[in-house]
Amino acid sequence: MNPRIYCIATNTFREAVRDRVLYNLIAFALLLSGAAILVGQISIDIERLVVINLGLTAVSLFGVVIAIFIGIGLVAKEIDKRTLYTVLSRPVRRWEFIAGKFFGLAGTLLVNTFFMAIGVFAALLYVSHHLQASDGSVLVALYFIVLQFVVITALALFFSSFSSPLLSAVFAFSIFVIGSFSEDLRGFAKMTHGAAGWLATCVAYLVPNFSALNVISRVAHGEAVASQLIGYNTAYALIYTLAVLSGAVLIFERRNLK
Amino acid sequence: MAAIEILGLEKTYSVGFWRKRPKCALKPLHLAVEEGEIFGFLGPNGAGKTTTLKMLVGLAFPSGGTARILGMELDDPKMKAQIGFLPEQPYFYDYLTAGELLKYYGQLSGVDAKQLSSKVDEVLTRVGLQDAANVQLRKFSKGMLQRAGIAQAILHDPKVVFLDEPMSGLDPMGRREVRSLIEELKAEGKTVFFSTHILSDAEALCDRVAIIHLGELRGIGAIAELTSAVRGKVEIVWQATKVPASIQALDAECHFAGDTIRVVITEENQDAALEALRRERSRLISVTPVRTSLEDYFIAQLTKYNEAGASNPAVPVAPAGAKSAGARS
Amino acid sequence: MSSRRDTAIAATIVMASMAASVLLLRQVDQARTGATLQEVLYISSPKLLKRLSLGYDGLLADVYWTRTVQYYGGMHHTGGGNYALLEPLLNITTQLDPHLIPAYEFGGTFLSAKPPQGAGVPQKAVELVEYGIRNNPGDWHLYYDLGFIYYMDLKDYRGAADAFMRGSQLPNAHPFLRILAAQMAAHGGETQTARMLWSATYQTTHDEHVKANAAAHLRAFQADQDVTDLERVVDIYRQRTGHLPASFHEMVGAGLLRGIPEDPLGKPYRLTSSARVEVTDADDLPFIEHGLPAGYVPSVVPKILPSDK
Repeated sequence: MNPRIYCIATNTFREAVRDRVLYNLIAFALLLSGAAILVGQISIDIERLVVINLGLTAVSLFGVVIAIFIGIGLVAKEIDKRTLYTVLSRPVRRWEFIAGKFFGLAGTLLVNTFFMAIGVFAALLYVSHHLQASDGSVLVALYFIVLQFVVITALALFFSSFSSPLLSAVFAFSIFVIGSFSEDLRGFAKMTHGAAGWLATCVAYLVPNFSALNVISRVAHGEAVASQLIGYNTAYALIYTLAVLSGAVLIFERRNLK
Repeated sequence: MAAIEILGLEKTYSVGFWRKRPKCALKPLHLAVEEGEIFGFLGPNGAGKTTTLKMLVGLAFPSGGTARILGMELDDPKMKAQIGFLPEQPYFYDYLTAGELLKYYGQLSGVDAKQLSSKVDEVLTRVGLQDAANVQLRKFSKGMLQRAGIAQAILHDPKVVFLDEPMSGLDPMGRREVRSLIEELKAEGKTVFFSTHILSDAEALCDRVAIIHLGELRGIGAIAELTSAVRGKVEIVWQATKVPASIQALDAECHFAGDTIRVVITEENQDAALEALRRERSRLISVTPVRTSLEDYFIAQLTKYNEAGASNPAVPVAPAGAKSAGARS
Repeated sequence: MSSRRDTAIAATIVMASMAASVLLLRQVDQARTGATLQEVLYISSPKLLKRLSLGYDGLLADVYWTRTVQYYGGMHHTGGGNYALLEPLLNITTQLDPHLIPAYEFGGTFLSAKPPQGAGVPQKAVELVEYGIRNNPGDWHLYYDLGFIYYMDLKDYRGAADAFMRGSQLPNAHPFLRILAAQMAAHGGETQTARMLWSATYQTTHDEHVKANAAAHLRAFQADQDVTDLERVVDIYRQRTGHLPASFHEMVGAGLLRGIPEDPLGKPYRLTSSARVEVTDADDLPFIEHGLPAGYVPSVVPKILPSDK
């Protein structure tokens, strides 16, 4: 990979780690073990269901929060603190900077999710004492959650390239919520007419479709995920991310730094 | 070849909520800096120094005009590999140690991986931070930060070094160190372009200076030329208690200290004054030529243009960094 | 300047990838039709959902209500026929927001109606509306909906009369509730009564699906009436002339008809060789009982809603 992008990415990862981000894993571990033990005591035949539902939801929410909180500062903080001055006066292209920041944060989340996945499977093993073949679909659910992170990271970075951290957080979080209901929004747009309908349709297609990436309850009930869906989701998430990152580059490319 | 050629570079910002009001930060600037020079870019705060620097290193984009550094365009990455930049009051990633920071910058500047470690050690020693290589930057004092800033600016052995207010916030010891470092850089054949509003630093270091005020260039040239362009003065000290009439007539300020009188007059009146004292049979203590200081030249340029009608009347004239005019003895 | 070049490249990538993402989004939608709705089956406890919604249950209820209406519309078009998710969707919607009155009316009509018009579970519909009445005791519409279910699908005229009676006692009840109560009691099984009810529904509802459904029923009554009347006229013709008419023209010629008779949708009726009167297009007139062509098999998609073509 481009050495400068790699360099910026590893530096971003290092910043996150030294910022003690990975400590969230402790909170996560506590939460999951507590739940597993509790459920193991009650044992009303839904242990697997609870562990998967709770575990995967926690992975998703923790990750989204981290993605937004770190993502919003990625560019804005560097501009504010002027650490960017000494970076951009070097032979680093502006788009390389954005790309490096993106891979750094995405990488952090990937590592974070990896450890959380171990936690989920450990809890699952504890409550059901053996792993079934259908547990493979938990991996698919985790993969989709990682795709979610990739999209949200790109969005947070996008807002960070032109907006203050606070506003970026608000925007990113709003898009996450709207994106989780994007299918309903599309349905609603179909029912309205005129200018409102047209506007709703535009928004509904521009907003990322997070509901498609959420297969947690399906997987909790032991159902498999169609490979066709895996393929389309992957392509969609990656292309959407590309669009958002290019947007960030577009904004950042000609920005005069204060 | 000129190290830096600025050809009509200008910058206008649009301010106001609807971005309608244009504010001119830099009028079209033309200047050239030769290789191996130490060039001072002087002006009061808000004159446009930092704006110019930002455009040269690629942090801001000019509204008009172009510039070339070492013959290359401003957004050429090959050019960027040959320049170093120290921003004003720099701030670095405080979770990194000095060594890590320099390695990071070195990689971004394309320093060869095999040589990176040794170069980092070398430059840390050069700026006196060799003991702080493994200390996190959040623990650095202001002086140390400034030195780290210089270190990152010269790490990759650039041909041109841009420094924005390099002495700001340093104690006298630190300032002397930075001064000698700049002289070393010149000895290595580098071109140094630094901006400051502290005239004494410029006087001590620069081969040539440019004075900029309210976005416009007010004067450029070697210091000796600029200061000698102004008519020289002479300081005469003699023992007496009363000022002779002919000297009084010159309308010059006389200072009384004990039984000596000191007066500063123009060179033209020197002979007449000495003649007057000889007739009085006063005891002459000293006759010293006084060269105009850069400061006087500086203030003269500023006030001259303001009397002629400033181009930007909305901005009040407040030449900062100027002490009250006093003759240099 | 290469900076401008980078900007141009970035702009192109933004537009191209945004367009591509929209196309892929449609593929994703297709690959998981109904998946969101299927998840409704996994929500075993609407009460838990209410608690999880952290106080935003009103909004979530609106979301589920939108999904319910869409589900019905979508099922209807594909002719899926069993509407299995309708009940859970309505349950969740009304648990999240018990005051969402339109949901009860919708459920009352489409849960109890027989497939392919509805889910065919009138008892569940009754439970739903009773739940609505418990939470909204002052709303007379709910009593009307309840009586409707008892009458139409459960054929329980006593129950219907009771419901209308209870409703009529509310301070702001619509006057026709009292009339309907009386009608139930006296003339429960008659066609006229049913026609009255559908007419009442048609006039008072605000929901376009429910209104269209009522209109279709009213048209069916009209068509049934027309067919019966026309066949009587055919009989009169036979008595007068001694043979069956070959077409309506002959009957017009004999002065028994003023013109070619048309069904409520404007299409002409047909006279068969065995002198039966039939509608031209039975698919357009669901719910009719007379005038169906011999061997007619109803199409899978009954044409009730305005969007049905």
